[in-house]
Amino acid sequence: MDHRIEKRMELKAPVSRVWRALTDHHEFGEWFRVKLDGPFVPGQISRGHITYPGYEHVKWEAVVQKMDPERLFSFTWHPYSVDPKIDYSKETPTLVEFRLEKTASGTLLLLTESGFDKIPADRRVEAFRMNDGGWAEQMKNIASHVAQKS
Amino acid sequence: MTAKRRAHAPVFAALGDATRLSLVAKLCAGQPRSISQLTEGSHLTRQAITKHLRVLERAEIVRSVRAGRESLFEFDPEPMEEIKKYLDSVSELWHQALSRLKAFVER
Repeated sequence: MDHRIEKRMELKAPVSRVWRALTDHHEFGEWFRVKLDGPFVPGQISRGHITYPGYEHVKWEAVVQKMDPERLFSFTWHPYSVDPKIDYSKETPTLVEFRLEKTASGTLLLLTESGFDKIPADRRVEAFRMNDGGWAEQMKNIASHVAQKS
Repeated sequence: MTAKRRAHAPVFAALGDATRLSLVAKLCAGQPRSISQLTEGSHLTRQAITKHLRVLERAEIVRSVRAGRESLFEFDPEPMEEIKKYLDSVSELWHQALSRLKAFVER
């Protein structure tokens, strides 16, 4: 079963532009909607506050892992830890990796977030709750997939 | 539901096996099944199937119910629904964030 998130997105902008948007803490803050206290430095904690309307009280905290220019930017964090009643620091953080690849039209951005295995099962993204997923439908797909293989 | 805190790890581990995944696939059709029914058509022994069912039971993916002298196993969708909901919401938030990034670098 898949316990990582993977996203890929084509961006019509040069790799250098995307790299700056990811790693300059002011630029990162603009699209991520967070106000960061200082620049990203590998091995150091990045702190700030969410600027998403209605969630300005929520703290942002991540540990910058790798900054391999125009190729890889990664950090560990506690994903969308918006519930002030929960002490997330005791939980194993997840790893977020942004990888960049040059394409004919700009940049291919690959995002992965991994390490969800140890997230408590009752974790919710309280404030941003989404619609229920159709698990039964997923299981039907798995069932027919397994049936084809056996 | 009570505020129980169950790690996702056992659910993921329990599903990381082809035999168990196929047992779950059979049970998620909705009908509780006996060990004999689940062993039928498989090249595994009754003992092996029982062992796999116990792993799924510990992860709370299936539960056993008594029917007379027999134990029937049925699918419990809750732990997997919880995980899926959580991953779906984080995934959706990333989608929104990356869409904003796209608009930001392309403007």
